[in-house]
Amino acid sequence: MKNCLSLPSLLTAALAVSAATSALAADPIKVGLALDISGPFATGGGETRDAMNLAIKLLDNKLGGYPAEFIQADTAGSPDQAKQAVDRMIQQNRISLFSGPTPSNVALAVGPSLFAAKVPYITSNPGPSQYAGAQCNPYFFGLSYQNDTWDETVGQHATDQGYKTAFIIAPNYPAGRDHLTGFKRTFKGTVSSEVYSKVGQLDYAAELAQVRAQKPAALYFFLPGAMGINFIKQFVASGLSKDTVLLTTPASSDEDTIAAVGEPMLGLFSGSQWSHDLPNAANQKFVAEFRKAYNRYPTFYAAQAYDAILAMDAAVRDVKGNVADKPALLKALKAANFQSVRGAFKYDNNNFPIQDYYLRVVGKTADGRITNKTVATPLKAHRDAYHDQCRMK
Amino acid sequence: MTPTLFIEQMLNGLGYGFMLFLLAAGLTLIFGIMDVMNLAHGSLFMSGAYVAAHVHTRTGSFLVGVVAAIAVVIVLALVLEVLMFRKLYARDHLAQVLATFGVILVADDVVKMIWGAAPLMASAPAALAGPVELLPGLLYPSYRLVILAAGVAVAVGLYLLVNHTRIGMLVRAGASNRRMAEFMGVRVGQVFSLVFLLGAALAALAGALMGPLTAVQVGMGEEILIPSLVVLVIGGIGSIRGAFVAAMVVGMVDTVGRAFVPMALKAFLSPTLVSDLAPAIAGLATYALMALVLAFKPAGLFPARG
Amino acid sequence: MRFTRWAPWLAAVLLAAFPLVAPLLGLDFYIGFVRRAMVFAMAAASLNFILGYGGMAALGHAGFVGVGAYTLVALSDAGVQSAWLMWGGALLVAGAAAGLIGLIVLRTRGVYLIMSTLAFAQMLYFIAVSLRAYGGDDGYNLMERPLLGFGLDTLESGAEAPFYWAVLLLLGGVMALFNRATESRFGHALMGIRDNETRMRAMGYPVMRLMMAAFMLSGAIAGLAGALLATHNAFVSPSLMHWTQSANLIVMVVIGGVGLRWGGPVGAAVWIGLEEVFKQVTDYWHLPLGLLLIAIVFVAPRGLASLMPRRTAAAAPQPAPAAGGKAA
Repeated sequence: MKNCLSLPSLLTAALAVSAATSALAADPIKVGLALDISGPFATGGGETRDAMNLAIKLLDNKLGGYPAEFIQADTAGSPDQAKQAVDRMIQQNRISLFSGPTPSNVALAVGPSLFAAKVPYITSNPGPSQYAGAQCNPYFFGLSYQNDTWDETVGQHATDQGYKTAFIIAPNYPAGRDHLTGFKRTFKGTVSSEVYSKVGQLDYAAELAQVRAQKPAALYFFLPGAMGINFIKQFVASGLSKDTVLLTTPASSDEDTIAAVGEPMLGLFSGSQWSHDLPNAANQKFVAEFRKAYNRYPTFYAAQAYDAILAMDAAVRDVKGNVADKPALLKALKAANFQSVRGAFKYDNNNFPIQDYYLRVVGKTADGRITNKTVATPLKAHRDAYHDQCRMK
Repeated sequence: MTPTLFIEQMLNGLGYGFMLFLLAAGLTLIFGIMDVMNLAHGSLFMSGAYVAAHVHTRTGSFLVGVVAAIAVVIVLALVLEVLMFRKLYARDHLAQVLATFGVILVADDVVKMIWGAAPLMASAPAALAGPVELLPGLLYPSYRLVILAAGVAVAVGLYLLVNHTRIGMLVRAGASNRRMAEFMGVRVGQVFSLVFLLGAALAALAGALMGPLTAVQVGMGEEILIPSLVVLVIGGIGSIRGAFVAAMVVGMVDTVGRAFVPMALKAFLSPTLVSDLAPAIAGLATYALMALVLAFKPAGLFPARG
Repeated sequence: MRFTRWAPWLAAVLLAAFPLVAPLLGLDFYIGFVRRAMVFAMAAASLNFILGYGGMAALGHAGFVGVGAYTLVALSDAGVQSAWLMWGGALLVAGAAAGLIGLIVLRTRGVYLIMSTLAFAQMLYFIAVSLRAYGGDDGYNLMERPLLGFGLDTLESGAEAPFYWAVLLLLGGVMALFNRATESRFGHALMGIRDNETRMRAMGYPVMRLMMAAFMLSGAIAGLAGALLATHNAFVSPSLMHWTQSANLIVMVVIGGVGLRWGGPVGAAVWIGLEEVFKQVTDYWHLPLGLLLIAIVFVAPRGLASLMPRRTAAAAPQPAPAAGGKAA
């Protein structure tokens, strides 16, 4: 009689079991993160990296409970370099999810490769109008905000305040153009000048001389990172702050800029979908954890990056780790079954959020700390201006 | 276009021109006397910017930062000279281009290793953070005035050095005819070293001064190198006077491109188109000028060589 | 047969077989990598022709690569779909650009040639940046893949092996062309100009015309390489024409061997290969490359190929007097 416990059958059984467990523990889910560590957007990139690392740590290197591997690369803010890095991630590392870039020109450059390879791109910052409108794609999730919305918020405020003229300036790249378009959409006064400077430009002498010559009531600028820090400093240095009100976006009014500029920023208004004093539980946990880990307050870059990782976590949990099932993965991502730090939101037809936008002003707290205070909610459950150009349902 | 706007933009152009002069003066001396094509000059500029920003943040004194930057870069230049440039004097220009390109690569990574890949925030000294009223209604940032003053001081100093001192005479002799100078007993090797260190000091000063105005980041040397080479070619190799005139011209062309051309174009083009074309026009004008000079006066506007 | 005779054929066979072998070794990603190296080999070979054989130190060659790439973009944008048409167009346009630019820069010599070619490359760079229609500084994504025709585009291959073979074929053709050219009377005249221009002029050779012909041929091939690069990346941006890219090309030629037949391809392979190796090992991969470059300048100034065993010394051409010589 054959002994069931004979050596060959034991061996076979052992092999089968180990094969099964190794198949389960097989490939971790690979996520590509292309970050701006160097280059013109390095300040935002640094925040993004810190927040993502925090989220990854809190999730114990897992997404949805399944082991995950996060591959990071530096894009240096260059669409060219980013494309090469992303192509490598797709072909060599075989990523299943992607996030990370800070500027919109990089997002537009790497999008096509990712969409062709069916890798969902959950943005941690840029919300280019192209992806909200005619070029919308089921594999792109504008999780953060659509570029124009911040400016629509402040443009509305400027109109309400009765400013007659405004000088507007942004760098000459897709986000810059989006932001100024958004401002013009809601600002009913006269735009005295619409100027596009160079990406990465830090010397604004020429532009500020023009401002002095035109004497506008308000100056609206979108100059993320170091660009904005230098602009504000030079604006104050040239004595223009006496006559012209400065309005901007969170890209130049958040904690990172405050740390670099300080007092000259008091009274600066901006519009955003997130502020660190939003009262929901997810946000409070995020801010507390971020402060514990990095000893500073997070910026919106960090908040959005943190959300991106959480969004991936929720989606992977919903498809039970089966990221190869693309339709299911897309459906799970669109359901956005997680607690976002900005509070409740849902996706519009073009995969961009329908959410509230707040007006904030830079002020001093009781203990002398300079930070943003939320003062109003000009836009509620706001849909972006491009959703009807998108043919997705 | 108001007079104050015009004056303000002109001052900006002069400021940029002076900074280019600091770099080009060093380059033209090195090229003129030692016949060495030094692409790594931009890396010396970058090192100056980094050291100045670093020391300024640590000590709180901008002046100490500038002095430290010049000192450190002089030491760096000395090391480079002894280790590499001594052997490059005898080689052809292509070899010099390649070796100094190698230095650029090494310098970029060394800086990245020390200070990280993210750009460094360099700030102007707090005392100079506000404007100065030059004329009624014309407020000009005081830091930029200081840069102008520094540029003028260096230009005057170089002029005196080159034209009214013995060392300067030796430098000029070497620039106009090196062999003859050697035959006449000039200690060519020492003059070479002096010239190289002087050029490095000027580059470091330019870097320290420009740090607060531009991004202190890896690769900043490569960005400023090309305009400096353009100035070098237009002005004439080996000629400080040429470098000065050419630097002013290039500074003005850049300003016209950045400030006045957009104003003119805005009248009939959309803002995005204006911002696409304006830098292109400024850049094209500079290089077209250089191409013209090369075509008709290949030795430059003020050639030092006979 | 000497090593130098059959080595290129062996390389060709190995390269041709690579896309078939790579998937078995899990090296799919490197099919694209080798393809990119081949494109740079072509660009380097074109530079070697004027630098090594013609003695023209051109620090602006990346400009022609860019012209080729943007020509492809313009054609693609206008609706052209055939890869061969686009590549041919790029070749012609880049050659024409080289002709126009050559009219000015070839009046200069030595360091002035270096500077003027640099100047024109920068002008091309600024023109590209100002072209909003083709993305400007943000770059241009090729929306549609250029089609190879002959039913090759329908082949379901992950890393596009047919395109790889097309590049290999073109590279082979280009190398054959250059080898022919350097061995012809044209090539010898060119080398004569490199060695002693005054003598050639005195002997009645049309020096300017010969140099123009070489410059235009070189520029055209560089343009072809640019178009292939654009097809490979499906993306073009002005940074392709930055002066540091031109410097990289010169580095490749020098590493491989200035004026040596396979200097371009060997140099490109070594430089790009080392770049990849260093990238895997460290984030600071510029450092070893820079040190290597400096070492080569001092230790093997005529390139790595010149370090090969003395046995082949007889077969190697006379060492080229340093290009861009010391004459003022």
